[in-house]
Amino acid sequence: MLAGHKAIDVDVHPVVPGTAALLPYLDEFWRDQVIERGINTLHSQNYPPNAPLTVREDWKKASTVADLQQQLLDPYGLDMAIVTPMLGVQMVFNADMARAFTRALNDWTRAEWLDKDARLRASIVLPMHDPEHAVEEIERLAPDRRFVQAMILVMGETPAGKRQHWKVYEACIRHGLPLAIHAGSSFRHPVTSVGWPSWYLEQYFASSQGFQSTLGSLITEGVLSKYPELKIVLLESGVSWLMPFLYRLQKTWKGVRFEIPWVDRPPIQLVRDQVRLSCQPFDAPPDVVPRVVEMLGSDDMLMWASDWPHWQYDGDEAIPPGMPAALMPKLLRGNALATYSRLRAPAFVKE
Amino acid sequence: MNVIQPIRGKSKPPAATLGLVDVDIHPRMKKPTDLNPWLSKRWQEYLATYGIRARHGFTGGQPPFPKAQPLACRRDAWPPTGGTPASDIDFLRFQLLDQYGVDMGVLNPLQPSGQGDNNNEFSAAMAHAVNEWQLAEWTRKDSRLRASVVVPYDDGPASAKEINLRAGDPNFCQVLMMSRTAEPCGKSRYWPIYEAAEAAGLPVAFHAFGYSGWAMTNGGWPSFYIEEVSEHAVSAQNQLASLVVEGVFERFPKLKVVLIECGFAWVPSVAWRLDQSWKRLRSEVPHLRRKPSEYIRDHVWVSTQPMEDPERPEHILDIMEWIGWDKILFASDYPHWDFDDPLLALSGAISAEKRRDIYGGNAIKLYGL
Amino acid sequence: MVARAADIPPGEHKRVEAGGRPVALFNLGGEFFALVDKCPHQGASLCGGTISGHVTSPEPGVYHYSRRGEMVRCPWHYWEFDIRTGQSWFDPQKVKVRQYPAHVESGAELQQGPYKAETLPVTVEDNYVVIET
Ligand code: FES
Repeated sequence: MLAGHKAIDVDVHPVVPGTAALLPYLDEFWRDQVIERGINTLHSQNYPPNAPLTVREDWKKASTVADLQQQLLDPYGLDMAIVTPMLGVQMVFNADMARAFTRALNDWTRAEWLDKDARLRASIVLPMHDPEHAVEEIERLAPDRRFVQAMILVMGETPAGKRQHWKVYEACIRHGLPLAIHAGSSFRHPVTSVGWPSWYLEQYFASSQGFQSTLGSLITEGVLSKYPELKIVLLESGVSWLMPFLYRLQKTWKGVRFEIPWVDRPPIQLVRDQVRLSCQPFDAPPDVVPRVVEMLGSDDMLMWASDWPHWQYDGDEAIPPGMPAALMPKLLRGNALATYSRLRAPAFVKE
Repeated sequence: MNVIQPIRGKSKPPAATLGLVDVDIHPRMKKPTDLNPWLSKRWQEYLATYGIRARHGFTGGQPPFPKAQPLACRRDAWPPTGGTPASDIDFLRFQLLDQYGVDMGVLNPLQPSGQGDNNNEFSAAMAHAVNEWQLAEWTRKDSRLRASVVVPYDDGPASAKEINLRAGDPNFCQVLMMSRTAEPCGKSRYWPIYEAAEAAGLPVAFHAFGYSGWAMTNGGWPSFYIEEVSEHAVSAQNQLASLVVEGVFERFPKLKVVLIECGFAWVPSVAWRLDQSWKRLRSEVPHLRRKPSEYIRDHVWVSTQPMEDPERPEHILDIMEWIGWDKILFASDYPHWDFDDPLLALSGAISAEKRRDIYGGNAIKLYGL
Repeated sequence: MVARAADIPPGEHKRVEAGGRPVALFNLGGEFFALVDKCPHQGASLCGGTISGHVTSPEPGVYHYSRRGEMVRCPWHYWEFDIRTGQSWFDPQKVKVRQYPAHVESGAELQQGPYKAETLPVTVEDNYVVIET
């Protein structure tokens, strides 16, 4: 299905075996802290290690580049794939510790993944508790052009649009990095605005509320208006929630825009110009997928992702069934190239 | 005075041939002491001294975000006789019931109803008083009006007691909760409400609003009122998921839920996402015997206002089709600023027959009016 | 078609009938503007709305507030219209309130001119607003 498209996968998740794997990338103080204090895991409830959504049955062993090559890169004939490790570094409360783990995680990604397959690109995972730390991490890694975007979780401590985060976005722009926002929480708040739900199913579901709130924040606080060159990439967000949310926001904006006068274009247009989404999961049955795509009103917004090794699809139905065939060239490749300037040029590693 | 002139002659939507039912009207008290006849001395004094203390920091105004207009009301809804919007039944008749030929109007009293108060006992006393007030000041004065059983929802047993008291009284047509409860509303602490409502044959309505005590988004507090408006739909999504995933509809198979002023264009997406995740995670929730979307299709009704506004009008037809034409109820939200004019709210692209059902037919069936 | 100018002081507005239609007549510092008194959205009476100013912003956090008193917000869904042009803020080309030319004439001119005073007896001493529907 993907053959011949030289497809680009924008959402792949190498599994971090545990904090032990990060030890070589931590400085001596933090390495000893890990050992002396017994910090042996940072896995988050976002993806409980054994839960079916976290790993597809036939992708259970997904911890090395060889696994990725055998399960995904080779059989799907991928041209490039962007890896984003999901480890709970965003949950750590001590900002310095969070910075240390995040740096180590990014270095681990570089050494264990980027250096081992030339098709791979990666996200800079951001330590967002201190925007200075996040900027510093971007500055540190951006010279390596295999890092093609910066990544935050959709549920953070304060809504993403708030001004204290803007210096991070300015750093992204300086280096031509889209800001990726991935499903998941730092657990500073319950995963719903009405408190903690009982079931993991509800918790997983709740990311799509996070995406609505976060997108609303980026629009209303003026991030999209102020930084028209900033691209936002929503990963594992689902797709079908988007337009219903915007239909209401835009309707309200017509009357209440005086509150946010910097939003001087219709929100739907801002989103079409600057926001991109991965297509797994899509969250619509095959017969309505074409209609949902039509509502988007743009061919430029969706990018293909496998979400490997998360279980978003069965067998090799890698593209959400029902997706219009005419969309394939853009979905599988063109939109990713248009979104990520760093994918357009050969990666140049600055020593 | 200019503002009280009707902008056009009285008229009912021509398609409302089965009757015009407005499922969202917000009556207000004229003054804070209006409830005193039904409050004990103890709670009268408590109300006067400590006031309403909801799960947020503000004592007055319209927290937590200042609305776009005073009391979030239509600027032309302030009665010429004084007082606040929808506090004067004659003006409400003039501006709404008579103006549009409303045959049946469902009352949803909001604050100061005491719902969601930090003090459950006080909340229960207030809810009881608000229900008596609806009877005395509204339904007895106009036979077109129906009351909602206001319940102190964060206290399940006290809520059930209030519902049992109203069971069988034809003046009440539903139970009223707010869409932001202290915990997800499918949790067992709320089951006594659903049990009593089911037994009384009353639908349970969730009206957008309320204060859970948690940040208004799952990533912290937003900044603006325009975000608050959007968040009503967003939090209602988690509530719907909670009702479904906790198995409330398995446990109470005759329960009917009405989402009022929560928007509705998002409902299909929620159903699809739940189905999709449930396929992977059903081992976690063996108490669900059907696909999430099936529970939603069978048990959930939505009100029209505020209707999402797609760029191409035919897309609202798709959305209504996905929800089910029999599940959509007309609401004006009088006297709030985002009021929908009954004559213009429903697109002409919707067939006359379907508009007939939305204006009245569906509500008549649901409420057994 | 006419209203007595003195009945609508600067900064005030009034609903009048003109050509059988309700018209919102605004006095902006002595200049009169007449808009059909019906919001193009769902038809609310603009006379019941809020008179406010115009806020724009070059960037988030910066509020440029100007033209106080020259914008009318619909009493219902708060769409903003420019009293001088009838244009909406969010889509000035497509969404606008119909405007009629309005000007002031003296009672003496009126009694000789083509306009018929439909609603008021005209006296020579007063000035009147004439709306051309
Ligand atoms: S009726 Fe005027 S804005 Fe809706």
